[in-house]
Amino acid sequence: MQYISPTTVDEAVHALSSATGACRILAGGTDLLVQMRAGMKRPDTLLDIKRIDALHQITAEDGGWRIGAAVSGAEMGEHAALVSDWPGVVEAVNLIGSTQIQGRATMAGNLCNASPAADSVPALVAANAVARVVGPHGQRDVAVLDIPSGPGKTTLEPGEFVASTYLPARGARSADAYLRFIPRTEMDIAVVGAAVSLTLDADGICTAARVALGAVAPKVLLVEAAARALIGSRLDAPALDALAEACSAAAKPIADKRGTVEFRTQVAGVLARRATLIAQTRAGGPA
Amino acid sequence: MALDNKTDAGKRQFKIVGTRPLRPDGVDKVTGRARFGADMSAPGMLVGAVLRSPHPHAQIRSIDTTRARALPGVHAVVTRADFPTVDDAAIADILDNCMAGDKALYDGHAVAAVAAASGAVARHALELIAVDYAPLPFVTDVDAAMKPDAPALHPSRADETVPPGLSANVMARHQFGHGDIEAGLAAADRVLERSYRTEATHQGYIEPHACLASVGPDGKADLWCCTQGQYMVRNTCAAILGMEQGSLRVTPSEIGGGFGGKTTVFLEPVALLLSKKAGRPVKMVMSRDEVFRASGPTASTSIDVRIGMTKDGRITAGFAELRYQGGAYPGSPVDMGSMSAFAPYDLEHVKTIGWDVVTNRPKQAAYRAPGAPMAAFAVESAIDELARGFGLDPLEVRLKNAAREGTRASYGPTFPAIGLEATLRAAKDHPHWSAPLGPNQGRGVACGFWFNFGGDTCVSLNITPDGTVTVSEGNPDIGGSRASMSMMAAEELGIPYEKVRTIIADTGSLGQNDVTDGSRVTFAVGLATIEAARAAKREMCKRAAQVWGIDADAVIWEDGAVRPVSPNAGKHPPMTLAEIAAIASNTGGPIAGHCEVNAEGAGVSFGTHIADTEVDPETGAVKILRYTVLQDAGKAVHPDYVEGQFQGGAVQGIGWALNEEYIYGDDGRLQNAGFLDYRIPVASDLPMIDTVILEIPNPGHPYGVRGVGETPIVPPLAAVANAVSHATGVRLTHLPISPPRLLAAIRAK
Ligand SMILES: Cc1cc2nc3c(=O)[nH]c(=O)nc-3n(C[C@H](O)[C@H](O)[C@H](O)COP(=O)(O)OP(=O)(O)OC[C@H]3O[C@@H](n4cnc5c(N)ncnc54)[C@H](O)[C@@H]3O)c2cc1C
Repeated sequence: MQYISPTTVDEAVHALSSATGACRILAGGTDLLVQMRAGMKRPDTLLDIKRIDALHQITAEDGGWRIGAAVSGAEMGEHAALVSDWPGVVEAVNLIGSTQIQGRATMAGNLCNASPAADSVPALVAANAVARVVGPHGQRDVAVLDIPSGPGKTTLEPGEFVASTYLPARGARSADAYLRFIPRTEMDIAVVGAAVSLTLDADGICTAARVALGAVAPKVLLVEAAARALIGSRLDAPALDALAEACSAAAKPIADKRGTVEFRTQVAGVLARRATLIAQTRAGGPA
Repeated sequence: MALDNKTDAGKRQFKIVGTRPLRPDGVDKVTGRARFGADMSAPGMLVGAVLRSPHPHAQIRSIDTTRARALPGVHAVVTRADFPTVDDAAIADILDNCMAGDKALYDGHAVAAVAAASGAVARHALELIAVDYAPLPFVTDVDAAMKPDAPALHPSRADETVPPGLSANVMARHQFGHGDIEAGLAAADRVLERSYRTEATHQGYIEPHACLASVGPDGKADLWCCTQGQYMVRNTCAAILGMEQGSLRVTPSEIGGGFGGKTTVFLEPVALLLSKKAGRPVKMVMSRDEVFRASGPTASTSIDVRIGMTKDGRITAGFAELRYQGGAYPGSPVDMGSMSAFAPYDLEHVKTIGWDVVTNRPKQAAYRAPGAPMAAFAVESAIDELARGFGLDPLEVRLKNAAREGTRASYGPTFPAIGLEATLRAAKDHPHWSAPLGPNQGRGVACGFWFNFGGDTCVSLNITPDGTVTVSEGNPDIGGSRASMSMMAAEELGIPYEKVRTIIADTGSLGQNDVTDGSRVTFAVGLATIEAARAAKREMCKRAAQVWGIDADAVIWEDGAVRPVSPNAGKHPPMTLAEIAAIASNTGGPIAGHCEVNAEGAGVSFGTHIADTEVDPETGAVKILRYTVLQDAGKAVHPDYVEGQFQGGAVQGIGWALNEEYIYGDDGRLQNAGFLDYRIPVASDLPMIDTVILEIPNPGHPYGVRGVGETPIVPPLAAVANAVSHATGVRLTHLPISPPRLLAAIRAK
């Protein structure tokens, strides 16, 4: 097995497209190294992107934030301005693993590992985040929603990787929140995840919303019916009931060792409702 | 010569016993200097690896190892064909579990092993071994395995206790009790009949099994391994491999947890055989996946209970039928479950029937109070339901029926002085019992019992020339026993704790010792340590008398020194241990004391637990808000360790109650062989576990010590289930109470 660690994006693109055999990007390694140890993945080449300075930056761009693919969860949690704009995305990233894992794990790695239960992905989808993909044919911007295509699978073409993720500008009275259900209090994997991003007007009426669910389908779900239930409402009980119902209806989970279909379906609505109330408070409350 | 043996343990004033000195193994463990099983290495060492069956049940038609043996770097390959034939049935089962014979009996069952120059080569070699399996129908559930047409693991191995006509998977039937159940039930105001289920759990020790074996060309062998009993490892490996016990020396490493799971062998005979074949030392370390799939979890169970109670809370009769599957071989702990189920209660009519059943799962191993927690879950849940149904205080009902000194135990003997009632009264007086509860919160209480054990024990205590003391004992230190032994030796010798160093000896250094199990070590090894110290004191009395030129009867040992009994014996200043040690060479040679004993008189132990839970009614998540353990320790030698045992047992029981379970798929394979999906509690899942140590001295031990290690895992399953029931109004009879199960029950209400 070969290990390479280029220092520029161009070098990395070149190395990736010219590598023979299976080549994998190594970011924090908190998924990849575990999978290699378990014999699930056996790459011929590991391409470590952590030496690329450009990918280590969190930069302000057009009122939003561009987060490099090598930025760790801990670095995001310590970035006060980012936390203030996108508290839900950052809390989702910071839920990953433990202190040790946070020092290594990246948001892009969480996305590209393409687990249906990945914690940051529903929050990114609710945030309408865009991934910047680089490859042999240049760069393209892809909605995060369209990166995963199923368990362990992405729409990235051979030779492509994610260089950064862009979180759009935040208006006034806007906020997001992410909640997951795990049987323990930490060190666990989401049985259901729900993210809500919303904007309120001065009267507390919801003017925009995006709702996304994790771990209830082969990939993250953007639940437009749930968002519609919120928009135009004061996030009162009937709106929240409609939201919960829409989420439960959208959920198409499997039954496995982590939860039954009924459980996941039910809890998807419960978490979406609770996340909405948190986002509402963060956005400045009812009025 | 007289020793100041104050045998009245209850009134004895201790100087060191009962204090909380630093543990002697602490610095090594926190600095990484301690050597665990996988830390051993030897020159020229090879790495061993095991090929395991992916099938839950399959005939092994053939195994072709040609390509593996031809791989450069491979030094030895073994299959069952390389092992000798073993006659003894129990040893044959252990061998078959270490290396499958004609059939693979569970997912993860070892079928071949290699020793190679590196781990990578060894793993590659495993892929080159071709096993021709003929898959067979399988069964992993205990009730399904008892159906007459169930796939049979071992046709015609049932013992004579099993009536004809049952499934071939039923290996034995046990029965205990006295009185007339039907008459007792007829006297009740209500008879509750319930069925309960518990899933298999794993001990969850952090250190995986590991060993290093080295067999010389002369047949003499050394083995270093992580185990709860080096003598058990020696004797078992010798029996499997046809060796003499004296030619195999086993040295135990530090141990990163065992909880009963390291009271048998898995890798050790394989490593020895690989080493013999390769002519080189061989090291083997299990992965976590292997630990889950192929070590010894506990039984899963299915239990029917019938209990009668009068409306004032008197239990008129108790009956339970218990079915435990113990994996692919006979020997589930259903006998102990059947004996302990009703042990806390004074019952005129009581009966239990236990069925030992085999399934296509790994051979169970002991897990802390083997068999008892599941039985207690069933009985304590039923008693709670009856008490609450009558509007009675569940603690008062337990007090009303509690076993006491003179009670004829449900499993036969008559109890001497026991501490159950004291734990119940302490629970009633504890502020926890009367603290207010909020919405969605509930409180549960449950009692538990464990037998405790003594057994074969050797201790050798040596006085060094400078007056320090070394103690050699033969039991791996799992719960802080080196500290406890040093404390008891220091107490007895009247010297500071720091002057004693206790080590765990290899099998060549002491006689036979039973394994570290049955909560026996502080009791039995403690007793032997005290006796060894007393032997050394007798010798020191003799030496001092000799120096003073007086009769040995004219001296006495008091406060760490020899003194003349009375002024008549002459005026001699006291001679301290250090002074006697310094001149030992001139007074007859080195001074030591030793004790070899089959320790009897391990006192039974009881505990009562109180649990508060809060349930999220929308998700079924259970939070443990508060938890109190009250248990009789006889005498707490090092109270920190006693509290640690109480807390650790409670935590393992909480995990068992809420999330831990072996999950088998429709394919008969284990679905959750790792700590991600086998959920032991993490620290943030738990409150500080409060403890109350009661000391009702055990008359069988010079200081009154009782074993404390196992009882604390017995009550929590029921205490938590009772608390959840109190919080939600629904009663879960199937553990674990995982969120999907609880939410479904709440929604069905
Ligand atoms: C103990 C532990 C706890 C965990 N807890 C959680 C949890 O609570 N929630 C959760 O969601 N996850 C959890 N995880 C999984 C993991 O930590 C996260 O998915 C993490 O975000 C992965 O990031 P990474 O940088 O370590 O990715 P890596 O392991 O480096 O990569 C993951 C995958 O993505 C690919 N990849 C990485 N970066 C890129 C890129 N820029 N472009 C294209 N492909 C890329 C890699 O080739 C690999 O296939 C846990 C893992 C462990 C070990």
